[in-house]
Amino acid sequence: MASHATPDTSKYYVPDPSYYPFALTFGLALIVISVWGLLEQKNTTWTVYAGVPVALWIIYRWFRKVSHESEGGFYGAQVDRTFRWGMTFFIFSEVMFFGAFFGALFYARQLSVPWLGGEGAKLSTNLFLWPGFEAHWPTNGPAGIGGDFNTIPEWGIPFLNTVLLVTSSFTVTWAHHALKESKRTACLAWMVVTVLLGATFLYFQAYEYHEAYTDPSVNLTLGSGIYGSTFFMLTGFHGMHVTLGTLMLIIITLRLAFGHFKPEQHFGFEGVAWYWHFVDVVWIGLFTFVYVL
Amino acid sequence: MLTKHVWSRLVALAALLASGAAAAATYDPGQVWNMPVGVTELSREVFKLHMVIFWVCVVIAIVVFGAMFYSVFAHRRSRHPKPADFHESTSIEILWTVIPFAILVVMAIPAAGTLIRMEDMRGAELSIKVTGFQWKWQYEYVDKGVSFYSTLHADSNHARQLHSGIDPNTIPNYLLEVDNRLVVPTGTKVRFLITANDVIHAWWVPDLAVKKDAIPGYVNEMWATVDEPGIYRGVCAELCGRDHGFMPIVVEAVDPPAFEQWLADRKSGKATAIGHGPAPVLVASAGASAAAPSPQPAAPATEVAAAPAPATPAAAADGGKVYNAQCAACHQPGGQGMPPSFPALVGSKVVNGPAEAHIQHTLKGKNLMPPFAHLSDADIAAALTYERTSWGHKAGAVTAEQVKAQRGK
Amino acid sequence: MAHHDQSHAAHDDHAHHGPVQLSDGFGKWIMRWITTTNHKDLGTLYLLLSCTMFLVGGLMSLVIRAELWMPGLQFVDPEFFNQMTTLHALVMIFGGVMPGFVGLANWMVPMQVGASDLALPRVNNWGFWILPFAFSMLLSGLFMDSGAPAGGWTMYPPLVLQTGSSFPMLIFAIHLMGISSITGAINVIVTILNMRAPGMTLLKLPLFCWTWLVTAYLLIATMPVLAGAVTMLLTDKYFGTSFFSAAGGGDPVMFQHIFWFFGHPEVYILILPAFGVVSTIIPTFARKALFGYDSMVYAVASIAFLSFIVWAHHMFTVGMPLAGELFFMFATMLIAVPTGVKVFNWIATMWRGSLTFETPMLFAVAFVFLFTIGGFSGLMLAIAPADFQYHDTYFVVAHFHYVLVPGAVFAIIAAVYYWIPKWTGVMYNETLGKAHFWLSAIFINVLFFPQHFIGLAGMQRRVPDYALAFADINALSSIGAFGFFVAQFLMLYNFARCVWFRNGMQPATQRVWEGAHGLEWTVPSPAPYHTFETPPQIDEGELTSVHDEFDALDHHRINK
Ligand code: HEA
Ligand code: HEA
Ligand code: CUA
Ligand SMILES: [Cu+2]
Repeated sequence: MASHATPDTSKYYVPDPSYYPFALTFGLALIVISVWGLLEQKNTTWTVYAGVPVALWIIYRWFRKVSHESEGGFYGAQVDRTFRWGMTFFIFSEVMFFGAFFGALFYARQLSVPWLGGEGAKLSTNLFLWPGFEAHWPTNGPAGIGGDFNTIPEWGIPFLNTVLLVTSSFTVTWAHHALKESKRTACLAWMVVTVLLGATFLYFQAYEYHEAYTDPSVNLTLGSGIYGSTFFMLTGFHGMHVTLGTLMLIIITLRLAFGHFKPEQHFGFEGVAWYWHFVDVVWIGLFTFVYVL
Repeated sequence: MLTKHVWSRLVALAALLASGAAAAATYDPGQVWNMPVGVTELSREVFKLHMVIFWVCVVIAIVVFGAMFYSVFAHRRSRHPKPADFHESTSIEILWTVIPFAILVVMAIPAAGTLIRMEDMRGAELSIKVTGFQWKWQYEYVDKGVSFYSTLHADSNHARQLHSGIDPNTIPNYLLEVDNRLVVPTGTKVRFLITANDVIHAWWVPDLAVKKDAIPGYVNEMWATVDEPGIYRGVCAELCGRDHGFMPIVVEAVDPPAFEQWLADRKSGKATAIGHGPAPVLVASAGASAAAPSPQPAAPATEVAAAPAPATPAAAADGGKVYNAQCAACHQPGGQGMPPSFPALVGSKVVNGPAEAHIQHTLKGKNLMPPFAHLSDADIAAALTYERTSWGHKAGAVTAEQVKAQRGK
Repeated sequence: MAHHDQSHAAHDDHAHHGPVQLSDGFGKWIMRWITTTNHKDLGTLYLLLSCTMFLVGGLMSLVIRAELWMPGLQFVDPEFFNQMTTLHALVMIFGGVMPGFVGLANWMVPMQVGASDLALPRVNNWGFWILPFAFSMLLSGLFMDSGAPAGGWTMYPPLVLQTGSSFPMLIFAIHLMGISSITGAINVIVTILNMRAPGMTLLKLPLFCWTWLVTAYLLIATMPVLAGAVTMLLTDKYFGTSFFSAAGGGDPVMFQHIFWFFGHPEVYILILPAFGVVSTIIPTFARKALFGYDSMVYAVASIAFLSFIVWAHHMFTVGMPLAGELFFMFATMLIAVPTGVKVFNWIATMWRGSLTFETPMLFAVAFVFLFTIGGFSGLMLAIAPADFQYHDTYFVVAHFHYVLVPGAVFAIIAAVYYWIPKWTGVMYNETLGKAHFWLSAIFINVLFFPQHFIGLAGMQRRVPDYALAFADINALSSIGAFGFFVAQFLMLYNFARCVWFRNGMQPATQRVWEGAHGLEWTVPSPAPYHTFETPPQIDEGELTSVHDEFDALDHHRINK
């Protein structure tokens, strides 16, 4: 039946029943139970050893399945549009997720810290509760939570990282062009460059964190008041997204190496590229508002 | 006992349902069915706004629901078998966009005016700092050297315990009475500086039309000029944990000379009066209607002045009293607590352990337990002694000197 | 590869023989529901989950109402009471109403736009199966020594940070629900944008799809924000951050801003699909096209837009600067305008129609009536100086239950009565349906109307005990609560008969309701397991929008 004929793409492809979603959720739930044990000192931390393999295995299977379906020609033009819309809205939701943390940053800088310093209608706040505190940024608050700290000089590693990420956005675009022009070797080469740029970014980011935590002259931690909170939350979640993006870049690079993707249809590739651009744009926002201004 | 109550309640309700008049006969309708008009200029303005918007809604409702029910009646299939086939009309759609908009604009103007007046803090003659704690209020008369705590009155506190066996109906002003009332002068613009110590609370006195959140780490301002002497009751209006429902507010407005007198007395008696004291003399006379201001005229100054606790060691040394007022809400009068959040004191390691640790625990608090450092040395000593010698405990007494020595450690 | 091909062949079998039945073996049958990618199966699962959660949340509300039955504490400790209030709200909103509407969307959106399934069926399955795990986590606190979350559904810090061991579970449960909502929303949007049958232009879309399209946008824009907010709670509690602590330069009120930036659109997420349901049902039973289709669409869009700029009306008392209070007051009042347009359009649709009052219609009319009452109290709340008196009292509780229970919940109930003959192929019992309606309509008002009064008179929310003056009204409200809850079993029995005990029941016709229009009525009842595998030819008469000079009803008669 279907196995021998070319799939009929005039019909919208509805996948077969699949246990992946259920199993994936099961894996995630095990991980959550483990994290709960970690945070609340309960002896359930071991469940991570069951949860992670289950989740990784299912993710692997699921990706493999999608790539087989794609390469097998099951996805017609309409399915392709579905993926485009779907990815667009997924990225939009991610933007809103970062929006919450940017919102916290702006709120702290524009409202709460000035209020604590007695600006606006909150003079009494300063007089009665935090006498002597003057609003400034960066700050760890009127109680100096986390002790004195210094910020990371923006024109050092952060600027370098900006250059790396922006460049990688270009290289992934060049790879895309190469793919569309059927220059697979060039495409693969640009992809490898992109992955390396992403990995280098992550290395520097990790290095910066290490310095921030271990260098007593910096002493910047998650606990350094509102500055440390917003700094690590924003860069941390961004870093996680870069990690995810790099993994996805590696996956599509491997798929390219296996000969996947056609010059005219390769949404798997494009979706990852979009995601990568998104990560890049978020970084530019971070660089501007967290490091420079 | 309980079931009997349920039945009597049911009977009462049946009566209430049977005749609307029953309701009116039981209580002052204005106080149970609607917002109080209150005793400040702004509270009257707010009440007026409330009634205006209410009647606007009623009129719109009559028109809209009138049309709907007319249609339900007249355009039923049995009366109107052939449906019309119109399905749009630009002019009428514009009309019913513009008219509501106009109504809203007309509503918005007075509302904005009142809001602007409420936020105008200028010219306050007296400032009172109000701090919310889990679960009590602290009042500090700024620059007057007077400050004290105000907690739920012991009678209400006993009756409101789960399975207390006490009928709340026998408690005057159930849940709306405190040990120490906030006293304010009439005809004076009083500014409230509202903040909190632990979680968010909200200081609300309906008759003053003041409700402001008490945010830890920030001070919010609000003001009121009370016109009439009287007793005005309010509650904490922001969920603040287990006993959110049990931290009422009682404001007593007296004329300025009486206020000055009270202030002076309070100040001189300050050393021991802060924290707790016997309930003010006025409690019992405050009238049965819960949300209503006291029907009696304002208390004369002398009567109010009698409120502060006398500075005799005997009063302070009554450990059981301190315990019941301060500790029993969580640890229960019998000391059995409410595990897991509120541990039992009976057989507790802390209570039966070294006095120093016990005192530290009390002064600093732990987990859900707030610090009690604001109590006097004598009160703490008395309460701890009570804990250490009751319920079969033999851990021995704690002295005020021991408490004093632990402070600041 | 081989594996894949086999399973694909299996898929074709499904198409020809229908889904696995219980008679094929229990294990197989369970696996069908766990692995299904069929929008109708998943719609059913969502609705069953919703129903279960409504009952769980309803039981919690009965604990609340039992304790409030008379002054004094009779049954539960205040801490447990707060846990009930918190969980009641979270379970009702995230477990009852939202999955209820997602279930309806699962069933109806593909059938209404002429698609074979939702756009991303496997993701759809994931979105559903996340939920049972998420709710197990949320409720797990009830079995922990330190108890369930008790800080209110709004989870304000610092109070919520005092939660015991169940705190991480609360946060992760919300993360998971967020993922589920986002996957569901993406599915709905993409299906509507990408999979409409030829000829179904956007302005001919059934209104249920339109409202869901807008709802899905709201979900995608706000659920991630909630996820971010609760993540900050988690780090404040366990990782030493200072987002919500003044000592470190943060602000507890900041959480409220972020929460309500989600929270206010969220309440429209709960009501917009209800608007869609009512806009579908009223024309059917008025036998007349929906009045002002275009303005309905624009009104929904305006409500959605405005919903993003009114959030701080929940925070009038936090001590915002005056300019902020004024702005949020004005913006909030504006929402009455587009909502009014919708109410007027519904009434104009009924006007000079030929009305009959089958159960779905009864619920729809009650919706218009009671939702509007809730809207009026909302408008009163919007007046900031008056809200200083209303805020955090039972007046607010009355407001939102009027829009949520006779609003959102009545709409879900109406929709199930309306479409269940299409789903199951048999007609529910109309007499029972009417009895259920009247009992519900009466008790819901006994339950919530008196709460307006005690709220105005000064009874604050979230308390297990109250001053004596409020005793009688609270008792009345509690009677309403028990009556309402019990009345729901008439409905459950009625539906259970359609689904499981259908012997001798009257089969439903294809169109079910003579005034109904839309693609879903062009397939047999019960709807086959797969519908519209190839896009249907659309008959203009089915388009409820009726833009063209077209008498929908007459056309339908000709069709017969
Ligand atoms: C389905 C959910 C839903 C809906 C639709 C609404 C609709 C509205 N809500 Fe409500 N609201 C909630 C759910 C909802 N709300 C919840 C859950 C809370 C409490 C959360 C918590 O604290 O736990 C809340 C709380 C809440 C508050 C905060 C109260 C407080 O805590 O102090 C306010 C204040 O402005 C408010 C306002 C409004 C307004 C103006 C509308 C408007 O959209 C209503 C518009 C409708 C109409 C006005 C009726 C129809 C119109 C006409 C017939 C036209 C003509 C009318 C006029 C010109 C008057 N709501
Ligand atoms: C959609 C939301 C929703 C719903 C349906 C309800 C339903 C009810 N609610 Fe409540 N409630 C809230 C949302 C909701 N509520 C919120 C947000 C709060 C604030 C919490 C807080 O302060 O933090 C609250 C708080 C709240 C309080 C105040 C508690 C306090 O302040 O301490 C009270 C008290 O009376 C109450 C009572 C009730 C009652 C008696 C019902 C009854 O109507 C329940 C009866 C049962 C049903 C409605 C189920 C019927 C439906 C079915 C059986 C399934 C049908 C399904 C299909 C066919 C698929 N609720
Ligand atoms: Cu304090 Cu509520
Ligand atoms: Cu709102």
